[in-house]
Amino acid sequence: MKNAKWLVPTIYILFLMLPIYWLLNMSFKTTNEILGSFTLWPQEFTFENYIAIFTDSTWYTGYLNSVNYVVINTLISVSAALPAAYAFSRYKFLGDKHLFFWLLTNRMAPPAVFALPFFQLYSAANLFDTPIAVALAHGLFNIPLAVWILEGFMSGVPKELDETAYVDGYSFPRFFVKIFMPTIAAGIGVTAFFCFMFSWVELLLAKTLTSVAAKPIAAVMTRTASTSGYELGLLAAAGALTIIPGAIVIYFVRNHIAKGFALGRV
Amino acid sequence: MAGWRGQADMAMKSTNQKAWFFVLPVVALVAFNALIPLMTVVNYSVQETFGNNVFFWEGVKWFEDVLHSERFHASLLRQLSFTGIILVIEIPLGVAIALTMPQKGFWVSVCLVLMALPLLIPWNVVGAMWNIFALPDIGLLGRMINGIGIDYNFTQDPTAAWFTTILMDVWHWTSLVVLLAYAGLRSIPDAYYQAAKIDGAGGWAVFRHIQLPKMKRVLTIAILLRFMDSFMIYTEPFVLTGGGPGNTTTFLSIDLVKIALGQFDLGPAAAMSLIYFLIVLLVCWVFYTLMMKDEDQ
Repeated sequence: MKNAKWLVPTIYILFLMLPIYWLLNMSFKTTNEILGSFTLWPQEFTFENYIAIFTDSTWYTGYLNSVNYVVINTLISVSAALPAAYAFSRYKFLGDKHLFFWLLTNRMAPPAVFALPFFQLYSAANLFDTPIAVALAHGLFNIPLAVWILEGFMSGVPKELDETAYVDGYSFPRFFVKIFMPTIAAGIGVTAFFCFMFSWVELLLAKTLTSVAAKPIAAVMTRTASTSGYELGLLAAAGALTIIPGAIVIYFVRNHIAKGFALGRV
Repeated sequence: MAGWRGQADMAMKSTNQKAWFFVLPVVALVAFNALIPLMTVVNYSVQETFGNNVFFWEGVKWFEDVLHSERFHASLLRQLSFTGIILVIEIPLGVAIALTMPQKGFWVSVCLVLMALPLLIPWNVVGAMWNIFALPDIGLLGRMINGIGIDYNFTQDPTAAWFTTILMDVWHWTSLVVLLAYAGLRSIPDAYYQAAKIDGAGGWAVFRHIQLPKMKRVLTIAILLRFMDSFMIYTEPFVLTGGGPGNTTTFLSIDLVKIALGQFDLGPAAAMSLIYFLIVLLVCWVFYTLMMKDEDQ
């Protein structure tokens, strides 16, 4: 019984990998092979689909647009959340608990509820179809999340650290940047990871707030699925490429994730 | 928030109203995104329009319509069933996997990286991936199920559509529960297990009296997160089944987008949005209060 323990995670991981394998399998097939026969691996192995993506500017600018707003969102969310999380972790102030719960309620707002008003708001602000619009809109759920995670990490840092720094004559901004931020570097990493993740995977708002210039890759894919017929191989290749940024980010933060979760903030 | 950790460190916090300046950027950014659109929704929910920006006051008519509409009842019921089913599957499964994961060494990293992978795939890609994975003619899953003699076609048969949607969600999100539960387990000191060994406690006793209580907090968060996110689910089932066959997998968000952007019925859509948001808020508030109470004891 004890030796069979490794079976459970192994079977689970195999189950996770199967659809991904199938996606990769499709991405290396020609459209003829996909529709004509059922094969467990590509019989006429082809890079055609990937070449099509890397040579067509609507495809690769889709990737650049997505990365663009995800990075802007992560920067805005983390830098706005840092002082706020510090305030929540160190001080009591008027309405602090209510404010915190109000922030969290925005993490609970269904994006479908906000899609149309967001479209009108950002059109009125002349930001429609810009990466800034999507980055700000994703802040609706990412900023509260960032405050929540960072507050957890900051509360783990003893208050004596702050007091010692004052005694040593550090001004507050210098203390915050030179001493405090390096202390919670892991926490900042985990926070950035989650902001990246939730901004990268979201489509409804990103699609609503863009049309041509800032169109995310996910929206380019839906267009292909609906208008240019049944180009499954191309779609599969585009999908497979969207897994890569996430995989790279996970690899870098793999040791911090468990620690971030351990603090119970996600 | 203070409430999550109880009284002990609340005493260490000093009162300082200037802390509001630190919170101001966050409040400004979130308020811009939350309050203005929310007011727009409230505005629509009490008015009727025939286009050209001409609006008529309607009062609570749309709210009454939505609350009495069978369509809304049906989507709400589907939504509640879906959320219930995935919670019942994902939470125990996630705990079981976390309990059997390796404790240290190289394989921990391998497990964590591979398991976290589904969490970082854009939601429409998840839907598209499962679509081509489950299609009865070209999909591996569809072929396999039909191969063992079960008639399976998720684009035609509601039961198969539900099965596929739930399996997709289990595939997509169980890892979140695993990671949370695993982190909770890693925080248990070895001494606890040694003490249990001396007392002659069996596997079940260790789970019931040591591991489960230690995981309680992270599991509460896992349930809360899974509740919120599954209740708001839109993209994955929309790409996978399009809400069909018929309306059988049309969950609340899908229905809402159909009404708001498809039919452009702004009034009813706005009223439905507010009712929808209030349901999520109410459940989370009850949960949050219970959790704070528990921590304070």
